[in-house]
Amino acid sequence: MKRQQFDYISLPYLLIAPQLAIIMIFFVWPAAQAIYQSFMLEDPFGLSSQFAGFDNFREVLSSAHYATSAVFTLVFSALVAFLSMAIALLLAVKADGIIHGQSAYKIMLTWVYAVAPAVAGMIGTFLFDRSIGSLNHLLNATGWPFNPQLDVFDASFTVILVSVWKQVSVNFIYFLAGLQSIPRAVREAALIDCRNGFRRFWTVTLPLLAPTGFFVLVINITYAFFDTFGVIDTMTRGAPGGGTATLVYKVYQDGFLGADLGGSSAQSVILMILVLALTVVQFRVLEKRIHY
Amino acid sequence: MKHVKPLDHLILILGVLFLLLPIWIAFASSTHRPETLLGDGLQLWFGDYFWETYSAVLFDNSGFTEQVNALLMLKNSLVLGLGFSVGKIIISTLAAYAIVYFRFPAGSVFFWIIFSSLLLPLEVRIIPSYKVVSDLGMLNSYTGLILPLIASATATFFFRQFYKSVPEEILEAARIDGAGPFRFFVDILLPLSKTMIAAIFIIMFVVGWNQYLWPILMTTDESYFTVVMGIKQILNDLEGNRIPQYNKALALSILALLPPVLVVVVFQRWFVKGLVESEK
Repeated sequence: MKRQQFDYISLPYLLIAPQLAIIMIFFVWPAAQAIYQSFMLEDPFGLSSQFAGFDNFREVLSSAHYATSAVFTLVFSALVAFLSMAIALLLAVKADGIIHGQSAYKIMLTWVYAVAPAVAGMIGTFLFDRSIGSLNHLLNATGWPFNPQLDVFDASFTVILVSVWKQVSVNFIYFLAGLQSIPRAVREAALIDCRNGFRRFWTVTLPLLAPTGFFVLVINITYAFFDTFGVIDTMTRGAPGGGTATLVYKVYQDGFLGADLGGSSAQSVILMILVLALTVVQFRVLEKRIHY
Repeated sequence: MKHVKPLDHLILILGVLFLLLPIWIAFASSTHRPETLLGDGLQLWFGDYFWETYSAVLFDNSGFTEQVNALLMLKNSLVLGLGFSVGKIIISTLAAYAIVYFRFPAGSVFFWIIFSSLLLPLEVRIIPSYKVVSDLGMLNSYTGLILPLIASATATFFFRQFYKSVPEEILEAARIDGAGPFRFFVDILLPLSKTMIAAIFIIMFVVGWNQYLWPILMTTDESYFTVVMGIKQILNDLEGNRIPQYNKALALSILALLPPVLVVVVFQRWFVKGLVESEK
């Protein structure tokens, strides 16, 4: 906190009021409602509801569909985070080492940040379209009977590919910034001590990049959980058979399309707990990062 | 000492192609007749149907009510992008100013309420949020589209960090010169945060423009469709034709991604700075 501060009685309340009002109305109240609804059982017409204890949670957690979705979310998030981070890191290391044309590469590798996940999903849909899709023909030509409409693996392949494509840019920006913040002196010392570029990367660059890497990992998990909604809704809508529905997509499907308020709210609350856990881990690690 | 490394360039060029090719194919294909796409698949090179496709998408009305075209959807997206970014910057600079520069008893409680919103994205509370907006009679309105999205403290957090990094001596000096809280804010703090505001504006504009889930829930009235969510809705209509109008759907996708991409490319430096600063 600042030592120098203004002492006005009502002014600060006035300044903070707009933000506070919006947060209370559009965040705190709906979040509280979600928690409340998760303990209630509502009849299909929304006319009456009664307290149901943990029934909604029990039902959600014992449902096979939910388990499928949870497994898919896990695999999907891990693959999207790993692949997009690996590709971005490789590109960032190469871009960092290059002198001529670095800024051109930077622009060419970052603009995808601005493409909406939903738009990326739409374009992906066309690339994989049965009648016009070039990628379909290409994959079929390799002997892969590619059919994302019927095959869960193929459908997962398409949403993962598009989600990775969309995320490489952001990761590239952070990794490049992280690399460029490594002091020149350290780089030069490493260059003298270790001629082998690959070993130098593993023993010097990567450990110094670890804090950035962790931050990027958190961003990627958040992205894979929440922001890929647009990709999934435009490409597969969770089909075939709910095999590509992430947990977030299921909240929308069950609650909004399926009108199962209690079940969907219980799913929301489970997601809230997951996000909170993620945040706690994030703060723990960030604190450590400050101390060393 | 360093010399040109062909392998490194090769890897970077492959990366560029990986990112560019899908959009390239989409753009090239959008300039062909739908018959060509249906017969020969997506195209790698441009056809001569560019103007016909894009003028039809931009100006001809389509959709369920035959009242919506891309121009209208682009306008709605612009309103959403600008409203979201400007609104967010206004309320968050004010709130961060109150939190950092004022001593008031409820300050830290408010601080935590505001920052709790960082924890839970809109996606996990969509149905109750929808209900609140519907109860307030804000469905199918720009207010209902924008306000709930602003209810997150990301920008407030950036500005708080930034204000805290402003040297204390500046406030001291301003006080000695007799500046009150209003003058200090307008004449000193805001000009100091110019680049920060620009960077956040760019990022938030892109985030606002690219919203998908909330506009889907919010807008049943086609005249409030944004271009990003409109593609999907319009697609059903296009596919209902005897020959599916793939070229138009692709053109719409290109139109939807062009404005935010241009903003990011043109303001590359600020945008990257804003993203990287926000990490701290």
